[in-house]
Amino acid sequence: MIQTENLTKQFGSTLAVERLTLTVEQGEVFGFLGPNGAGKTTTVRMLASLISPTQGRAIVNGFEVGKQDDQIRRSVGVLTETPGLYDNLSAEYNLRIFANLYEVRDPAGQVEKYLRMLGLWERRFEPTATFSKGMKQKLAIARALLHEPKVLFLDEPTAGLDPESARLVRDFIAELRREGRTIFLCTHNLDEADRLCDRIAVFKTRLLVVDTPERLRQRMFGRKVVFHLRNPDEIMVAKIAGLPFVSEARLVDGRLLVTLDDPESRNPEIVRQLVMDGAEIQFVGELRYSLEEVYLRLVRNDSVPADGAAFVLKNGVEKKK
Amino acid sequence: MKKVQTIVLKEWAEVFRNRMVLFSVIFLPLLMAAIPLAIIFASRGSMTSEQYGEMPAQVETFCSAELSSGECFQVYMVSQFMLMFMILPLAIPSTISAYSIIGEKTSRTLEPLLATPITTFELLAGKSLAALLPAIAATYLSFGIFSLGSWLLIPNPTVFAAMMDPRWLIAVFLVGPLLSLVSVNVSVMISSRVTDPRAAEQLTALLVVPLLAIFFGQFAGFFVINRELVLAGALFLLLIDAILIFLSTQVFQRETILTRWK
Ligand SMILES: Nc1ncnc2c1ncn2[C@@H]1O[C@H](COP(=O)(O)OP(=O)(O)OP(=O)(O)O)[C@@H](O)[C@H]1O
Ligand SMILES: [Mg+2]
Repeated sequence: MIQTENLTKQFGSTLAVERLTLTVEQGEVFGFLGPNGAGKTTTVRMLASLISPTQGRAIVNGFEVGKQDDQIRRSVGVLTETPGLYDNLSAEYNLRIFANLYEVRDPAGQVEKYLRMLGLWERRFEPTATFSKGMKQKLAIARALLHEPKVLFLDEPTAGLDPESARLVRDFIAELRREGRTIFLCTHNLDEADRLCDRIAVFKTRLLVVDTPERLRQRMFGRKVVFHLRNPDEIMVAKIAGLPFVSEARLVDGRLLVTLDDPESRNPEIVRQLVMDGAEIQFVGELRYSLEEVYLRLVRNDSVPADGAAFVLKNGVEKKK
Repeated sequence: MKKVQTIVLKEWAEVFRNRMVLFSVIFLPLLMAAIPLAIIFASRGSMTSEQYGEMPAQVETFCSAELSSGECFQVYMVSQFMLMFMILPLAIPSTISAYSIIGEKTSRTLEPLLATPITTFELLAGKSLAALLPAIAATYLSFGIFSLGSWLLIPNPTVFAAMMDPRWLIAVFLVGPLLSLVSVNVSVMISSRVTDPRAAEQLTALLVVPLLAIFFGQFAGFFVINRELVLAGALFLLLIDAILIFLSTQVFQRETILTRWK
């Protein structure tokens, strides 16, 4: 649905996006994460044919950026960083303007459909200046959907919303995904990305990494299993560390932390070994890193581990989720 | 065309909520019609008198031999103020487009707008027409009120006919729209660069300076505005308009509008 190849944007001497190459599949929710100033908005603007790339190519919905801009604009929806509503005009009029500009076949019908869907129908004749932030955001999303675009760019859809409104917007995004739309989601909310996105790209001027949230965790930290033992000792740990499929075993705060690739099939062997060594096992669980930890490590280090390589921790204190 | 119309209606829905805009579109035209009518009203007693004796040459060019010198002087005075009708096509578009463009910038509505399949030409045309049409309508209306009023106030049809000299009709009906096109284009360019609508308006108001120069030039007798001069002015404005429109379609690309209109 979206393919970019060395997509680059330079503003004067500022390199905002450098050689971005990625592919977003049809029907996918693709998370685009990066710190402030990473170039997310710039990327969305290029892909929505709002600004032209300095270099590189991008194909969106089968149309090439810079050559078939009109077709791209007709087939994508954009939720811009700020809602950008006409505050003095009613919700309904705001949408009607855009239904006309997008040449929607049944403007009144589409406007009604989305106003109802987002719970704004009752207040359709009120000027949007009277709306809460969440309502404005919903109206802006409705505006991006009037022409039923196959590809949707959402630039920080839940930024600045209270948890309840954010939840509403998130549920709505999940709903859109079920309808089979391709969604390119820029966000700072890692939890949101974790829950909504099929794949995630971490980006800071350059593309740092792309993968599913789950595999990203594994790539960054390896998979870890925690054993709560009543009586841990160094000999047990050394034995476990000596198993061929274990890449690392350490004691952290009195718990045995084991890093390995395939815990589903290997855990029983570890348990057996521990019991043989006289360990009293209280709990066994997988240590899950939050996406936040993955993300922070990526944008701080700017370095990407090679595919599948377990990243060895330098200091052993991790937070459990 | 539908998209241009959408933009025009949207601009009006927004901009006519503004008091400055309403002032310039409603009050200014009434004022411009009232001034010459007041002159006619004040000088109605002296119409047939010969007390003025010999007229200065510049005044006489305005009158035919059938008019008394009092009538002639009245025609002359009113003709001076005909130029003031030209303030309307200059001032109104600048107010409207200043508020419409700067409003769009401050509410950050440009980006969603530019994300639609509207062409930049359609966008600019919509914005320009939204400013042009009320300006032209207000000018015509103002002149209409003046014509009706003077027709009622002046009993002598020859005097009335002298006031409705073709040069003024050309000025109002042809030069007016051309002037407002200049004003719109200049205002769009200025508004795209500044953030305060009043600043934009004041800068565009400088366009009135040449008009005032012509007004005082004629008043002081340096030259007389005749039909040829008005037609030449219209041609000149046509050229300027063509250049300005060409320039703005060159200057305003989507990316420029999005990233430079700040
Ligand atoms: N029109 C512009 N002119 C000059 N520099 C720009 C322009 N637009 C963006 N930049 C620069 O490009 C870089 C990327 O900006 P961008 O807005 O794309 O970041 P972002 O990832 O969306 O950040 P945020 O999370 O704050 O929204 C920044 O350094 C910014 O200053
Ligand atoms: Mg951004």
